[in-house]
Amino acid sequence: MIAVLQFPGSNDDHDAQWALKALGGDARLVWHAETSLPADTGAVILPGGFSYGDYLRCGAIARFAPVMDAVRAFAADGGLVLGICNGFQILCEAGLLPGVLMPNHSLSFLCRDVALRVERADTPFTSRCEPGQTLVIPVKNGEGAWFVPEEHYAELEANGQIVLRYEENPNGSVHDVAGVCNADGNVMGLMPHPEHAVDPLLGSGDGALILASLLDGVRERTRVAA
Amino acid sequence: MKASVLIRPKEGILDPQGQAVEQSLRKLGFAVGHARVGRVVDLDVEASSEDEARASVDEMCRQLLANPLIESFEVTIA
Repeated sequence: MIAVLQFPGSNDDHDAQWALKALGGDARLVWHAETSLPADTGAVILPGGFSYGDYLRCGAIARFAPVMDAVRAFAADGGLVLGICNGFQILCEAGLLPGVLMPNHSLSFLCRDVALRVERADTPFTSRCEPGQTLVIPVKNGEGAWFVPEEHYAELEANGQIVLRYEENPNGSVHDVAGVCNADGNVMGLMPHPEHAVDPLLGSGDGALILASLLDGVRERTRVAA
Repeated sequence: MKASVLIRPKEGILDPQGQAVEQSLRKLGFAVGHARVGRVVDLDVEASSEDEARASVDEMCRQLLANPLIESFEVTIA
C-alpha cells in the first residue's frame, strides 16, 4: 500500500491516488496530522500542491507536520519516499533530499509538457525506464528551479544522485536537474508530475513508468519481507 | 522583547524577484544598478535578556525562517 500524504493545500493527492489505482496499485490518503503511517505502508508519496499556502518558502512549514517524523523514520529505515513538485520542495526543506527549489528564472508559473532524460534507470523510481530514455511529463509550478552550490552538485553527480534531467531547461534549475535522489537511493523528488501522465489519452503515458516502477519496488520489498 | 529578522538572498544567488523589481524601477526612469529582494520578520520574544532573545531568534532562523543554502539573516533586538 502506498500512503499519499495530504497537507493543507495539497491538490494532487487525489490525482496521485487515482493514478496509482489505475496502475493496479493500492493507495490510501494519510492526513498530515497523523503521527504514524499505516502499518502496511510500502511507500510514501508527498503530492503536489501549495502546502500551507507556500508561506515563507515553499515546503518550509509542511516539513514540521506531525506525519513528517514518521516519514523521516520510514525513510531512515530504507522505505521508499517519492516527492512530486511541492512534495519535492518539502523533502528538500526537510533535509531528506539535497538542495532547495527557487522561483523559476522567468518568474512565470509554468504549466506544460516537458521532455526529461532518464539519467539513472537503476533506482526504485525509474526501474521501468531505459537509461537515456526521453519521458514527456508535464510541469506546473512557480518555484521549480532546483539549486545546490556547485561543489555540492559535483558530489551528487559523482554519487549518481541525479536521476532525471530536462532536455530543455524550463526554469533555470542547475545543470538541468529535474529529479534527484538521496545517497541511499530510497528517497526521490522531481518537479514534473508523473501522476498527470499515466494515460496517452491525456497527452502522455510516460509518467506511468515512474509510478509503475515505484509499485514494482513496493511489491519486491513486500515479497522479500514475507 | 522586540526582535526583527532581516532575511536576504545570499550573495551570488540569482534573485529573479529582485531582477523584476530592478527592471520595473528602470522603466519608471530611476537609475537603479542592482535590486535584491529579501523579507523582514518582526517578532515579540519572551526572554529575560538580550542575549537570550538573540540566541532564541538565531535558532528560529536556523530551523525555519531562513534556508542557509540560499539566504543569510541578520537579527536586531530592540
